[in-house]
Amino acid sequence: MRALPRGTDLPVLLPVAPRRAAPGGQAGRLRARHGAWLALALLAALAVGEAQAGPGEDSIVAAILRWTPLLGQGFALNVAMSFIAMTVGTAAGTLLGLCQISLMPPVRGSSRFVTQFFRNAPWLVLLFYCMLLLPFELRIGGVVIPLPGWVKATFGLSLPVMANMSEIVRGAVQSIPFGQWESAESLAFTRRQTLWMIILPQCVKRMLPPWMNLYAILVVGTPLCSIVGVNEAMTLTNDALAAEARRELLVPMYLYLLLWFFLYCYPIALWTGRLERRFAVDA
Amino acid sequence: MPEQPLIRLVDVHKRFGANEVLRGVGFDVPKGDVVCVIGPSGSGKSTLLRCINALVPIEQGSIRVDGREVNDPKLDKLALRRKVGMVFQQYNLFPHRTALQNVMMAPIHVLKQERVEVEARARRLIAKVRLEGKEDAFPGELSGGQQQRTAIARSLAMNPDVMLFDEVTAALDPETVKEVLVTIRELAEEGMTCVIVTHEMGFAREVADHIYFTDRGVIVEHGAPREFFAEARDPRTRQFLSQIL
Repeated sequence: MRALPRGTDLPVLLPVAPRRAAPGGQAGRLRARHGAWLALALLAALAVGEAQAGPGEDSIVAAILRWTPLLGQGFALNVAMSFIAMTVGTAAGTLLGLCQISLMPPVRGSSRFVTQFFRNAPWLVLLFYCMLLLPFELRIGGVVIPLPGWVKATFGLSLPVMANMSEIVRGAVQSIPFGQWESAESLAFTRRQTLWMIILPQCVKRMLPPWMNLYAILVVGTPLCSIVGVNEAMTLTNDALAAEARRELLVPMYLYLLLWFFLYCYPIALWTGRLERRFAVDA
Repeated sequence: MPEQPLIRLVDVHKRFGANEVLRGVGFDVPKGDVVCVIGPSGSGKSTLLRCINALVPIEQGSIRVDGREVNDPKLDKLALRRKVGMVFQQYNLFPHRTALQNVMMAPIHVLKQERVEVEARARRLIAKVRLEGKEDAFPGELSGGQQQRTAIARSLAMNPDVMLFDEVTAALDPETVKEVLVTIRELAEEGMTCVIVTHEMGFAREVADHIYFTDRGVIVEHGAPREFFAEARDPRTRQFLSQIL
């Protein structure tokens, strides 16, 4: 075989072994080893912290354990906010997503705009808007409904969830083969019947993994609320650090908080991966 | 006055963008007849079928199904489609429903018929296409031929006046083609009006009352099967047949 001249501009296809997808699913997913690294880093930070602790001071571990109940309370708020934001965002996003596939151009256009706007707006900006623009209480008739900061922040978080959900719904509907629409049409189903009885039931499976990914992203986004003054885990960690006023506590404490988030998100990641694999076989 | 044909196409034109797919097609399908449409790929056969049940709108010409003008903006498309069954090359069964449910869905939700009565009819139809025992199987668990026969049963459940078959064996393994063709032949023998787009020449010769050969959006030649295959005059038809037979 003749060698190609040097500097040829002929495209040469080198033999490439296609990279097989990791058995755990997509790259970038949480894995057990990430947790192991995190735990290792925490242990190392604890050791360093203990070494730095001055004579007569509490051990670092004791200090962290003392603050753990409070941190747990804060984390419960993170979980609650993520639950509520996910519920609200999913409901609103499903509606918005269905509007995106509407046959009426004004409905389709405006819902696309809303989706793109909230999907691309920085979460923190949305949070600030909600904190500053929403009133601290609502008066409906004679009833006064207080709107504490965490409720406003939860609403702020549900906006990007809604927009992402909207895209998940639109993407899933459009991923269903056109033949499904065509055969339903030929059987005299109306468009609405086709959507609800034939298309959407097939979408649920496809939407579940990205929906759970979205939830994991939302959970790790909740500490943003500490910037707008919600007493969630991040804020309380800062408070604890301020109260202790010990520099050697800084690194272990934040790593400890990180571990909490990992322990919460890892099972979700595992479950999402399992669902993805199961549905991949089915499809 | 002779009986009006069930389907009458007159000078049908259809274009997709700059591509004129149908350029003046016309033919009649009398009630109870089996018409086969053959021709090279891209000659507009599938589009022609889709025009008949208004899945695809036409630009010019007239399509009448049982006296109803399909090319009419005020047409009740759903009423038309209840009368016109269609079976697709890719089966297009609903994968999240069992075979029986696939057959039952449209009569229950579209025709609003009683579930008990629909189920009895659906079971009869599944038996008719020789799929007893597969009622509770999901489409993914059936072979291509079984899926296609389920799709035929699904269409028949609407009690259509006419059935359209769009290359229904083209995606099948050779060994399963026959079972589907047998099902269609039985339908034809029972007097169902059928318009069949196919590449199965032997089948067309055997089952058709009339054969139309289309090329580049027009009907080049037509006739009863015997004459059509024996005495094709048009060079395009002859060339096509010589390649296929």
